[in-house]
Amino acid sequence: MSKNEWPLWEIFIRGQHGLNHRHVGSLHAPDAEMAICNARDVYTRRNEGVSIWVVRSNDITASSPSEKGPLFEPANSKVYRHPTFFDIPEEVGHM
Amino acid sequence: MYAQLVKSEGSKTREEMTPQEIAFQERIDRGERIEPKEWMPEGYRKTLIRQMGQHAHSEIVGQLPEGNWITRAPTLDRKAILLAKVQDEAGHGLYLYSAAETLGISRDELLEQLHNGKMKYSSIFNYPTLTWADIGAVGWLVDGAAIMNQVPLQRTSYGPYARAMVRICKEESFHQRQGYDIMMKMASGTAEQKAMAQDALNRFWYPALMMFGPSDKDSVHSAQSMAWKIKINTNDELRQKFVDQTVPQAKYLGLTVPDENLKWNEEKGGHDFSEPDWNEFFAVIAGNGPCNEERLGARVKAWDDGAWFRDGLMAHAEKAATRRHAAE
Repeated sequence: MSKNEWPLWEIFIRGQHGLNHRHVGSLHAPDAEMAICNARDVYTRRNEGVSIWVVRSNDITASSPSEKGPLFEPANSKVYRHPTFFDIPEEVGHM
Repeated sequence: MYAQLVKSEGSKTREEMTPQEIAFQERIDRGERIEPKEWMPEGYRKTLIRQMGQHAHSEIVGQLPEGNWITRAPTLDRKAILLAKVQDEAGHGLYLYSAAETLGISRDELLEQLHNGKMKYSSIFNYPTLTWADIGAVGWLVDGAAIMNQVPLQRTSYGPYARAMVRICKEESFHQRQGYDIMMKMASGTAEQKAMAQDALNRFWYPALMMFGPSDKDSVHSAQSMAWKIKINTNDELRQKFVDQTVPQAKYLGLTVPDENLKWNEEKGGHDFSEPDWNEFFAVIAGNGPCNEERLGARVKAWDDGAWFRDGLMAHAEKAATRRHAAE
């Protein structure tokens, strides 16, 4: 087996409707330029995108599953951040 | 299926499970998706690597029997379509390899295990494609059987696998339709062309039924995989569904399914049909099918012959990176 395995890249594609780039998967490529070429062939064979971002998988820092509580639980108790928390009388009209 | 006879690790009773394993099983029972960095039992991880690896290898090796006809396609249109189809299979293999890599194995390691025979690919690709009608039969029957298995796998418990399946299923339906389109053309052509279509159906019918794996009563790995939701339906359920779906399609073509026991069973609401020859199935899996040596040989040769190219691009990338650093 080759010791020289091509590095892994994460692929982000902007669809055609003015949306954000969205993660679609990953692939191997020797460099960024080839990663874009390969992403074109692997992830946009049916006009799925108008723009591609590639980033080395190693360069992504992810939150760990064990941090889920400390990171996200504080938001649970803050229901007042949602507009439906407030009762607005009907007479006031649309708000 | 594309993954047949996947050996399942684990099979613990609830009493034997650790609290962590019980919590994991409960997440799956609730229909939650398991994501890459989350805790999972070692058996779940290993079984998934085996199944997804075998699935990916099948997509890649599956290019060979069809690739055989790209240069021989009867028209330029058919050639372009077949080329696109085979290119999709390469894409499907890549989606699955990268999904498998999230479980902590590299693509090169998976390929090494394919090349040294430790990992398998679907038995179906060890049969030859002798005529152009075989390309029709492969798309119609082989991709049809694959869809049957892959549609439920979109709900499988492992997130990256499920998402790869969603992409694959979107593209797979084109494959089956292009195959059926070839069969329609052949079946409505000259007597000779129709005979070719019938001959292709005769040769691919039982190998297609084998794709779903052995009968449930002989399928020892199903229970654990189904508890983990990495297998959604039993082999026999899917095979029955495939037969019931395919029989009317054959009838429309005016072709005869090569099974004299095939008949509608009102009581069960499905067809009765003959089982494939399981001795043949196990022989093909063991490496003694008509094309095992040729298929694996072609993969190993492609890998070895491509080494200089992979290394060359890597050397170029490293050199360019060094140059960029120096300039900064």
